[in-house]
Amino acid sequence: MSGANVPPVTSVAALYGIAHRIEADAAERYVMLADQMETHNNLELARMFRDLARAERLHADKIRDLAGSIGIGDGGGPIGPWKSDSPEAADLYAARYDMSPHDALRLALAAEERALAFYTDLAAAKVDRAVRDLAASFAVEEREHVALCHRLLERYPPASAVRPGDPDAPGDR
Amino acid sequence: MNAAEPLKCRPSDYKSEVKPIWCPGCGDYHVLMALTRAMAALGLPPERLAVVSGIGCSSRIPAYTNCYGFHGVHGRSLAVATGLKIARPDITVICASGDGDGYSIGGNHFLHACRRNVDLAYIVMDNHIYGMTKGQPSPTTEPDFDTALAPGGTGLRPFNPLVVALASGANFVARAYSGNPNETAELIVDAIKHPGFSFVEILSPCVTYRPDQRSWKDRVHPAPVTPTDDPARAARRLMTDDGFNLGVLYRGNRAPYKPPTAAAMLAPESLDEEFVV
Repeated sequence: MSGANVPPVTSVAALYGIAHRIEADAAERYVMLADQMETHNNLELARMFRDLARAERLHADKIRDLAGSIGIGDGGGPIGPWKSDSPEAADLYAARYDMSPHDALRLALAAEERALAFYTDLAAAKVDRAVRDLAASFAVEEREHVALCHRLLERYPPASAVRPGDPDAPGDR
Repeated sequence: MNAAEPLKCRPSDYKSEVKPIWCPGCGDYHVLMALTRAMAALGLPPERLAVVSGIGCSSRIPAYTNCYGFHGVHGRSLAVATGLKIARPDITVICASGDGDGYSIGGNHFLHACRRNVDLAYIVMDNHIYGMTKGQPSPTTEPDFDTALAPGGTGLRPFNPLVVALASGANFVARAYSGNPNETAELIVDAIKHPGFSFVEILSPCVTYRPDQRSWKDRVHPAPVTPTDDPARAARRLMTDDGFNLGVLYRGNRAPYKPPTAAAMLAPESLDEEFVV
């Protein structure tokens, strides 16, 4: 993630807002992926993406609870604070109609790693001490999510790229 | 609430219940996300917005918003959008197209929409291919792009939409990349707010028939120039453009077209006078 993609974080409330936004964006993206998989009849993946979306929404709720009376900033308004994409939002371009659970978990792993990098960078940045401390605590949590993805990947090894029963895959000559 | 005050809206307020049927991985999902974020940022109620399109994958987009929508005839989205804006200047009109619909079948409408400079925003999702019909070369396909449908490539020079838009009189010319949805949303907001005909080309990969376009994310870069209102300077920039410069490339100050009889057109009772022999 480029430095230009990191919004300025000037207060703990602003960081809570951005953290909430990160989780909400991640949840929205998984819902989009679940819908895509349902449309293309890959129901196993649709379920998996809905589970991931549910997990991200729980994280967003947890952040709101943690913020308590401090409140959460607006997280960048309707457009969001990042020029490119939200750090933990899964890469839509990597989606395929025939993707496997392994592929989905790879997507999730990459997203968690970007979130970890975001908080790690912020924890080391020249910002307010309270912001750095909070960023460091979020980084610890994201590291746990990265580890969880690795454990799940062991459970779901790589599968065949194309699901059986598709004699006319798009792009075939 | 003050009438001039924008509504506090969420992007989800502008999404319909219809689920997109684009291929997973399609760049148009990002464009839909950017468009609804732009609408929320503008704070206009859905009933004050219209999305008009032609035919093709990208032209499905009106169905996925809950604004007024018109999924029209191939290549004719700009004709419909122009008519709508002239008849209902109070509506914010966004016209959506793809490189096949917009530059080939609708190429002539593109020229004259730029020339007329009616106040609307035209977004073209360019993936350099006809995706909906299984991958024929489009006007922006590279000459050496080799497929079963065009063995060895077409050998034809690609159409340069930004140069054509500028030469034809578009008042705002920009390029976005769908993989940067927030930046794309900001450009769409900018295009809608700018008076006159605003053209935004959005590089939107077709991962099914052009999987090579996944590399676009590494090729795009911010245009290393500030927007200009000088068409000659913009033309020089665009003629040497690598096709991956992002941002506002021309921001003109030509007054938008206003029909002299707009007031009369809005009064049905005045139509009788037009038919007096």
